[in-house]
Amino acid sequence: MARLRQCAIYGKGGIGKSTTTQNLVAGLAEAGQKVMIVGCDPKADSTRLILHAKAQNSIMEMAANAGSVEDLELEDVLKVGYRDIKCVESGGPEPGVGCAGRGVITAINFLEEEGAYEEDLDFVFYDVLGDVVCGGFAMPIRENKAQEIYIVCSGEMMAMYAANNIAKGIVKYANSGGVRLAGLICNSRNTAREDELIMELARQLGTTMIHFVPRDNVVQRAEIRRMTVIEYEPTAKQADEYRQLARKIVENKNFVIPTPITMDELEKLLMDFGVMEEEDESIVGKTAAEEAAVAVA
Amino acid sequence: MSALTREETEALIKEVLEVYPEKAQKDRAKHLAVNDQSVEQSKKCITSNRKSLPGVMTIRGCAYAGSKGVVWGPIKDMIHISHGPVGCGQYSRAGRRNYYVGVTGVNTFGTMNFTSDFQEKDIVFGGDKKLAKIINEIEGLFPLHKGISVQSECPIGLIGDDIEAVSKKGAAELNKPVVPVRCEGFRGVSQSLGHHIANDAIRDWVFSRDGKDVKQEFVPGPYDVSIIGDYNIGGDAWSSRILLEEMGLRVVAQWSGDGTLAEIELTPKVKLNLIHCYRSMNYIARHMEEKYSIPWIEYNFFGPTKIAESLRAIAAHFDDTIKEGAERVIAKYQPMVDAVIAKYRQRLEGKRVMLYVGGLRPRHVIGSYEDLGMEVVGTGYEFGHNDDYDRTIKEMGNATLLYDDVTGFEFEEFVKKVKPDLIGSGIKEKYIFQKMGVPFRQMHSWDYSGPYHGYDGFAIFARDMDMTINNPCWKSLTPPWQKQPEAEAIAQAA
Repeated sequence: MARLRQCAIYGKGGIGKSTTTQNLVAGLAEAGQKVMIVGCDPKADSTRLILHAKAQNSIMEMAANAGSVEDLELEDVLKVGYRDIKCVESGGPEPGVGCAGRGVITAINFLEEEGAYEEDLDFVFYDVLGDVVCGGFAMPIRENKAQEIYIVCSGEMMAMYAANNIAKGIVKYANSGGVRLAGLICNSRNTAREDELIMELARQLGTTMIHFVPRDNVVQRAEIRRMTVIEYEPTAKQADEYRQLARKIVENKNFVIPTPITMDELEKLLMDFGVMEEEDESIVGKTAAEEAAVAVA
Repeated sequence: MSALTREETEALIKEVLEVYPEKAQKDRAKHLAVNDQSVEQSKKCITSNRKSLPGVMTIRGCAYAGSKGVVWGPIKDMIHISHGPVGCGQYSRAGRRNYYVGVTGVNTFGTMNFTSDFQEKDIVFGGDKKLAKIINEIEGLFPLHKGISVQSECPIGLIGDDIEAVSKKGAAELNKPVVPVRCEGFRGVSQSLGHHIANDAIRDWVFSRDGKDVKQEFVPGPYDVSIIGDYNIGGDAWSSRILLEEMGLRVVAQWSGDGTLAEIELTPKVKLNLIHCYRSMNYIARHMEEKYSIPWIEYNFFGPTKIAESLRAIAAHFDDTIKEGAERVIAKYQPMVDAVIAKYRQRLEGKRVMLYVGGLRPRHVIGSYEDLGMEVVGTGYEFGHNDDYDRTIKEMGNATLLYDDVTGFEFEEFVKKVKPDLIGSGIKEKYIFQKMGVPFRQMHSWDYSGPYHGYDGFAIFARDMDMTINNPCWKSLTPPWQKQPEAEAIAQAA
């Protein structure tokens, strides 16, 4: 058995991490890889396209019902979906109560202690809640967990801003453990020169854009059916895109400690590509009324 | 060894500071001072109530300790939930020796530990539902409790539980006060902020009930007072209360040693608030002054000199009946005081003491020692503020040492150089100094003795200091085999 590769998927909220992860995992499974997805999001929707249902048995909910996480068995929470992809969800509280970050920590510790990673697996993918708001959501990239980070982004300013921030987080853990940035996945939003922009961002971060996933409505059509594109319409062009992404990840050897860029550098990049307009220092802090007064004068 | 001069004390501080890195040295220098009675404001010579330096072994506690351990815990007919993981409540349970009268587990709950015993799932999913359940269970299991306080441990603030909403709902269901206290341990620099938070919680969640938990109609009297800031450690409040009652006052409330919820609620009706521990309860006294126009006075019931001073100062707020009462009380106990001093002073005269304690004792107990002919040559507060040091400067002799939030290293070095005959501090310091061969008394718990307040307490205090300082064990510190050379020398001479 080849060494288990543990990968974590990060990126701005709503960028399409869960969709991209599940589609690419389906591609890996189709190619014969044995994969497990660990959903690290209290919403517990990281595995629904594989299981054709929202996971009912998240680790934290089961643990709360049973009393404590020690009362759980691995098979209680490990579900098997499309092409034998193993699925677990950390789960967590409703918005506004408790501590979701702690839930992720508890869930991942549970999986380790129960030997979930000792099974016959080639890949584990952690699908992590969009914004890394506290230490809990950095859990998958700490020592002995995910070694490869893929950041999903698009050519939009906030997505790139988030990608750069995530790179900063990786640097912190890269120095204390073995985690490395493995590439950017561009989930296209059809903005102008998007591929070039993300390639340039990747270059500045010291990595590559591992794949450009074009926008295609078939993804949404499949989602409505709680399926990946590869399962729903294996002949679709988009299915091939995910297969390509999967193949590139299998072959990927480009793991780096990222070189995050400064805010000024990021703004310059955005201006060079026309995503952001040059700042006019003279209007900073001026109200509409003040501007009108200046215009009159 | 005679007392150090000002120059010697200054040199000692300088010497002790030398081991620190530059930044720490600069910080700690502000917390160490040579006392100068001519200084009017302590802020000109000493800094206090600041964050402790990492790595120095501070002796401080946390906000939870200040609220649950000090202010709320002794209110005996309420149940205080240590809300969070089990340790904070369990390891502090019954440790403070707040004596009380009652049947524990039936109508009083002082030495019991109530905790929500947080588990992972409570952190992840929040503990509000569990808290609501606990409130209901308490009502079912202990129906004679008069109310509940929710003492927040650190995780409550971290995960943002809405204990206020749960408490309000619980109070409405039980028709008893349920008081949420936001005393998470990470708040503030010491237990001091916990006292303040606890005082504010009484103001906002108990006084706001306007006495509706008091069963009988209360008829105010002209001589009503309350004891505030006496936690009845080893029975301190009892030996204080009898003096006040003997002089003709009616003690309506004890805050909070051996105290009840009804007493707390009645306090806004008293004529004068008597404050013993200023540090932990001045906030509520000031509030009552502002809102109910109740004056307050600080008093000191340690040692006959301070007791007499305080009794007269308290009496000055009342008519001649009380003033005469004060004189009567002082006269009544004078023969007993004389006997105590006659017995112990000759054994303790000239002995030098270093103190390091909490709220009021670093200054309040000085008089007791002086009444026995002893001298306090160094003192300091774990969590004092400027106003505490303002009050301390006048009590301490010139050129004595003041040390705020003292570090383990500083305290040991000071003791090595000053060579006191007695140290009064806490359990964490006790064995270090005893092993150094210095007599030691715990001055938080009275070393499981007490009371030390009042005339009765003074007799016990004098006995305890004598049996500690003059204990024969201090002469047996050198083991026989280390005495050998001396014996050989004698043999050779013979």
